[in-house]
Amino acid sequence: MKPIAILLGLLGALTPCQAETEVQSNGIIKLPPEIKGEEVAVLTDPPNVPPPITRKHPAKVVVKLEVIEKEMRMTDGVNYTFWTFGGCVPGKFIRVRQGDFVEFHLMNHPTSKMPHNIDLHAVTGQGGGAAASFTAPGHSSTFSFRVLNPGLYIYHCAVAPVGMHVANGMYGLIYVEPEEGLPKVDHEYYVVQGDFYTKGRNGEQGLQPFDMEKAIDERPDYVVFNGSVGAMTGEKAVKAQKGETVRIFFGNGGPNLTSSFHVIGEIFDKVYVEGGTKTINNNVQTTLVPAGGSAIVEFKCEVPGTLILVDHSLTRAFNKGAIGMIKVAGDPESLTYSGKLDDRVYLPEGGTPQIMPQQGKPLAAATNKSERMERGKNVFATNCIACHQAEGQGIPAAFPPLAKSDYLNADIHRAVGAVVHGLTGEITVNGSKFNSVMPALALNDEDVANVLTFVFNSWDNSGREVKPEDVAKVRAEKK
Amino acid sequence: MKLGLAILFGCLLAVAAADVPMVRIEGGSYTRPLEKSGQPRQVSTFLLDVRQVTNAEFLAFIATHPEWQRSRVNRLFADSGYLRHWAGDVELGPLALPDAPVTNVSWFAARAFLKDQGKRLPTLDEWEFAARADESRTDATADPEFRKRILMWYSKPTPEVLTPAGSMPANVHGVSSMHGLVWEWTSNFVSSMAGGESRSDGSPEGPLFCGGAATDPNQAVEYADFMRVAFRSSLQGSFCLGGLGFRGAKDAPAPTDPTP
Repeated sequence: MKPIAILLGLLGALTPCQAETEVQSNGIIKLPPEIKGEEVAVLTDPPNVPPPITRKHPAKVVVKLEVIEKEMRMTDGVNYTFWTFGGCVPGKFIRVRQGDFVEFHLMNHPTSKMPHNIDLHAVTGQGGGAAASFTAPGHSSTFSFRVLNPGLYIYHCAVAPVGMHVANGMYGLIYVEPEEGLPKVDHEYYVVQGDFYTKGRNGEQGLQPFDMEKAIDERPDYVVFNGSVGAMTGEKAVKAQKGETVRIFFGNGGPNLTSSFHVIGEIFDKVYVEGGTKTINNNVQTTLVPAGGSAIVEFKCEVPGTLILVDHSLTRAFNKGAIGMIKVAGDPESLTYSGKLDDRVYLPEGGTPQIMPQQGKPLAAATNKSERMERGKNVFATNCIACHQAEGQGIPAAFPPLAKSDYLNADIHRAVGAVVHGLTGEITVNGSKFNSVMPALALNDEDVANVLTFVFNSWDNSGREVKPEDVAKVRAEKK
Repeated sequence: MKLGLAILFGCLLAVAAADVPMVRIEGGSYTRPLEKSGQPRQVSTFLLDVRQVTNAEFLAFIATHPEWQRSRVNRLFADSGYLRHWAGDVELGPLALPDAPVTNVSWFAARAFLKDQGKRLPTLDEWEFAARADESRTDATADPEFRKRILMWYSKPTPEVLTPAGSMPANVHGVSSMHGLVWEWTSNFVSSMAGGESRSDGSPEGPLFCGGAATDPNQAVEYADFMRVAFRSSLQGSFCLGGLGFRGAKDAPAPTDPTP
């Protein structure tokens, strides 16, 4: 923010239209004696949350939030012009205490194309502040309110067309801390889900404009946590230690979808249902968060590993980006969770040769490369496609591509090993880093040879053939 | 330095001496998508500048009207953002290309400039009527591609340095960059007042807001119109915005008798 813009913003607030609110916030409103002191609110970008409020009395809190329209990353190779509260999506996290008197300054950056405003669901009053904060580019507005109700609330822009302002990222969370505060936890994080509608389909490269028809039809191309695909994965995953407690302030900006918020590998010990304070549900797997709503979830990280945040409407997670990660470090906790202890052939008939529970005869071994490829294609479709995708393109920041993959083609031995033994940890594929887990697949040597031959001969890969004996060799190495 | 400035100033005066060329736009009627009555609006034949007024032209005006200099202007008529992208009272500087549209001008300043030229601001209806045209049609608003193009521009922030006025292809009327360069003042911009609360109902302007429009699917898709309404209603006459310029209009001269 340039100094000149601040200056202009302040002067803008003095124009006749805003005079009334300006005067009010400048002291005509007589504050009751229990409101003591004045402070400037600490605002944070996601995934960070301002520190808990420790004072035991209400205060006057000044919040300064700047609206900026700016181009940012949606996913690798795809940018979008986001409209933001404070330069990030979701907008800055605001934390106040029940009973506080909030003096709110909304500044609209001079380069903005649009007027903007803010409707805070935490506000009791006309439009949640929308009319009072309606601000032309290069101007600023001031209004004030008292936070009467504790809880976790969405704020958003409410200028027409509201759906588009929100679809461009204009939302965030304000937490009104109850008088008694919240129990202490080791980590607090800020996560907001949003759906985005772009002219090009998911992954189509370049600067993608907003698509009005898709928004109206509620057909998002991206559903993401914290404003972009991969905002909370890989190196940007948030962290915790085994035994620590985590609280997530979760919001759903929408504009349209309802979120089935779930953390893979954990159970919410506590959910402050719909962001309220009274109904605390225990032992919850998935909590429903409506558009324009929120939830606070808490859990203890008993076991090390990577916890995956998802919208459990799963194609949003695995095809549209709604994935986040919490990396929990620490020693294994085998009694609680062992990890895989053993893998062996399952013989349902009790030791006699296995009869495949399928119609028709089992296939004889493939005799040539094209037969191998044809069968490998089926193996791929039943075992690999969910993560690596139909065209081997993978999913950015989650599952590496197999198509034209430098990592794959560089080392056939390693490729076979990944299938028969699994693959864990950070790898770099075509310049992008991935850090996740591929399980060992319970496939026989023939199937492994077939599927790898299919992969090596598809999508511009090296074209080599893998034989069952190659697989047997790799398999034997780890016995 | 002073001499250089004077020479530069002189050149700009010479460049700016000619008025912005105008074209005649035949009157007609059109329907404002957000007008609840659905009654067509009548527009009389008028003349419209083919492009926005430029920085250089506005500088020339200021040379003869020093009361409109940045440091001298009456704050009632222009807020503190007035001509803030200029380097000085009579100096454009790197952010204000001479042939780019002048922005950071108030409604009052725009009116004063045009009055001096014997022109006026276009009315909201005149502007909207002319802005419905694309390169080949007088009314392209039914074409989703046309609407998309406008919406795409509305989605992007205003660049710090604007490109020249009139550099975009002219529409079928011969008028350039009604969309895609800057917002423009109209004489009665307040007549589309939306208020800050876009969803209020029960007000006479109800249909202009998303709540009102949501009841009519034909109107709900006109995001671009909503955005123009929202933008104009955020303004006051003294406001000066980096992305807001203007062009001139005139009543069409009375038709002359074609038979000599």
